[in-house]
Amino acid sequence: MEEASRMKKIVTLLGAALLSSSAILAVAPAHAADELTITSWGGSYSESQRKAFYEPFIAAGNKITEAEYNGEIAKVRAMVEAKAVTWDVVDVDTQTALAGCAEGTFETIDWAKLGLDRSKFIGGDVTDCAVPNILYSTVAAYDTTKTKAPANLFEALFDQTKYPGKRALQKSPFVNLEWALMADGVAAGDVYKVLGTEEGVERALKKLDTIKKDVIWWESGAQGPQLLADGQVVFATSWNGRFFSAMKIDKKPFQIIWDYQAPDWDWWAIPKGTPKLDGAYRFISFASDPQRMADQTKWISYGPANKDAAPLVDPTILVDLPSAPDNLKTVFYPDPQFWGDKGDELRERFNAWLAQ
Amino acid sequence: MAMAQAAANDGVMRAADGTPLKVALARAERREKVKAVGLVLPLFAFIILSFVVPILIMLYNSVYDPDVAENLPQTVVALKQWDGKELPSEEVFAAFVADMKAAQKNKQVALVGKRLNYEISGIRSKVVATGRKVAALDAAPFKDAVIAIDKVWGEAETWATIKRSSSVYTPFYILSMLDLRQDANGSIERVPADRSIYKDILARTLGISFLVTLMTLIFGYPVAYLLATSPQKTASILMIFVLLPFWTSLLVRTTAWMILMTDGGVFAQVLNYTGITWLLNTAGLMEGEPQLFKTRFATIVAMTHIQLPFTLLPIYSVMKTISPNYMRAAKSLGGTPFYCFLRVYMPQTLPGVAAGCLLTFILCLGYYITPALVGGPTDQMISGFIERAINSENNWGKASALGVILLTATMILYYVYNKLIGIDRMKLG
Repeated sequence: MEEASRMKKIVTLLGAALLSSSAILAVAPAHAADELTITSWGGSYSESQRKAFYEPFIAAGNKITEAEYNGEIAKVRAMVEAKAVTWDVVDVDTQTALAGCAEGTFETIDWAKLGLDRSKFIGGDVTDCAVPNILYSTVAAYDTTKTKAPANLFEALFDQTKYPGKRALQKSPFVNLEWALMADGVAAGDVYKVLGTEEGVERALKKLDTIKKDVIWWESGAQGPQLLADGQVVFATSWNGRFFSAMKIDKKPFQIIWDYQAPDWDWWAIPKGTPKLDGAYRFISFASDPQRMADQTKWISYGPANKDAAPLVDPTILVDLPSAPDNLKTVFYPDPQFWGDKGDELRERFNAWLAQ
Repeated sequence: MAMAQAAANDGVMRAADGTPLKVALARAERREKVKAVGLVLPLFAFIILSFVVPILIMLYNSVYDPDVAENLPQTVVALKQWDGKELPSEEVFAAFVADMKAAQKNKQVALVGKRLNYEISGIRSKVVATGRKVAALDAAPFKDAVIAIDKVWGEAETWATIKRSSSVYTPFYILSMLDLRQDANGSIERVPADRSIYKDILARTLGISFLVTLMTLIFGYPVAYLLATSPQKTASILMIFVLLPFWTSLLVRTTAWMILMTDGGVFAQVLNYTGITWLLNTAGLMEGEPQLFKTRFATIVAMTHIQLPFTLLPIYSVMKTISPNYMRAAKSLGGTPFYCFLRVYMPQTLPGVAAGCLLTFILCLGYYITPALVGGPTDQMISGFIERAINSENNWGKASALGVILLTATMILYYVYNKLIGIDRMKLG
């Protein structure tokens, strides 16, 4: 039985490898003039967007090409700077939206042209260059059949004597540095004051040094749940919706640790200079419809940013959203402005630390 | 007839149509030349466009640095007079405010911040914030007002950095890829230890490549010998085993190694069942179950597997050309098999060994996907950092400088090889 499932896994993985190699060959498809390229984060998140937005949009007579990335703003910057914009709409996190807005990477959003009421969107006034889309959260999780429930998040991530084994963390300083500082005794309210100094960054990295040799760093959101399912790690971090899909759709025995969850928004942004500006607006407007946003929660547990969508969401799903009262007992709100300003330098510092 | 007669009389040889033979020959030759050039032209154009031009662009990008010079033009001019000791004069600050206002309008401030941040850690956010606040300054004196926005502008080092990066050409990227930098006076010094990673990365890239080359030679040489000396039928069957993996995509083979190398996976279980785990544990070389996923060991094993045919095949084709008579002669003169092999056979295979090893070593230097998938963060080679510089840091200067370092290392290697062995002695078969 176990042999068979392993065999099946190997075959799937090999199939995936073959598929991805053919995908690399097909990297530059011919784009029709009216075909929108929409870039998002892949995996079950893209799947939920496909079902809720892309398929109805296509059914309404539009053409879409999907692209995937891991949130690298550098890719958007490179195409805007080179004036060769091939992504028409990009799903970005808040720090990317803010950084990209400050440096002119994204178009300023004309809400009148969208035909939407900006005040109806949670966080709608955070940036002028993007439309809020969902609320997600970075969380850790474990496999209940293999690991005993930890007392809190920091025990799960940093206590090697109680929980020996590997951890899967995102290959990014975002949230990891904050969690490391809090695990090192910094109060949640002081995190950004400390992290704003060179010594604070050192301190966070020093804390991460204690588990560095036991970390498997993931880059795409699907890898965290996958590493957990494979038993390669005792704890994995990811975005809460990724664990939700693994639990609800793939029936994995995972438990999310909501302790110090780090909520954030995702946004629709338009790279500056896209030749299909009107199409991009049409898509964002289409995808911000309350009913369609509520539909998305069937496939992934992210909170819709449109306040009108809230009453339409299936009540059974509410407990799985980051905003559920039970999940909000302890919470850490990352500061997107801090990351928008300092993200580049911290990423470079983090990359240098990783390579050492 | 009379014409031809007359022509013949002036002493010039002529072709059938009356043109001088010399001219006719030159014309025919030129036609041949045009034909020949025409045949190689597509390849030539292809090489220029796909190889020479990109390398030139890369070389150019590794020293090209326009962000400060283009976005702070007046400041750069004003700083020319500055001696670099005290804080710059009011005049410089006025120019700076004017430049920053323009840059803020064009949304170029972040570019300036990004560039300065390469040298002064943490300044990017300060530059961006200054860009937002500078619009409120509209009357002199600017000096104190700018310093009041952020005290980083009250440090001479900040201005020295701006002055240093005021030319559109800079040695900065190349220097920093050697863990060096210019200090405020322009002399070259070492980068602090917590930032100096690139010399290690270069050493790591060379080290991994060397080890993989050595492993492929150790494994490949006997197999090549077996292939070259076996009867035709056996050899062709054995050859399939060498070529089949060779024909399989690199990505597929790397993914296969990922699965084999997972903790508790096939490779680990083989070690457990064969008692090697127990042996290593008892010898104190390993603790507990083998942990292979994302390690240097896994990287070297996977790369050795992928590179094996590249080392093996040139050795094999050279071995095929060595007549068995040499060994027979050596043995008939009384040499032991080992002595004969060492003194007679092996020296003849060296051109193949050199070709195979050079090929594998140079290919290894550029490895990216295999270390990325089966190796950990400390097993990544130069190409991996080039990818990161482009995809996650948008730093083309750094990526180009790393490319230049890699290219230089390869050229030096080729030069040394040529001096030691001679490229004309290299045999691929």
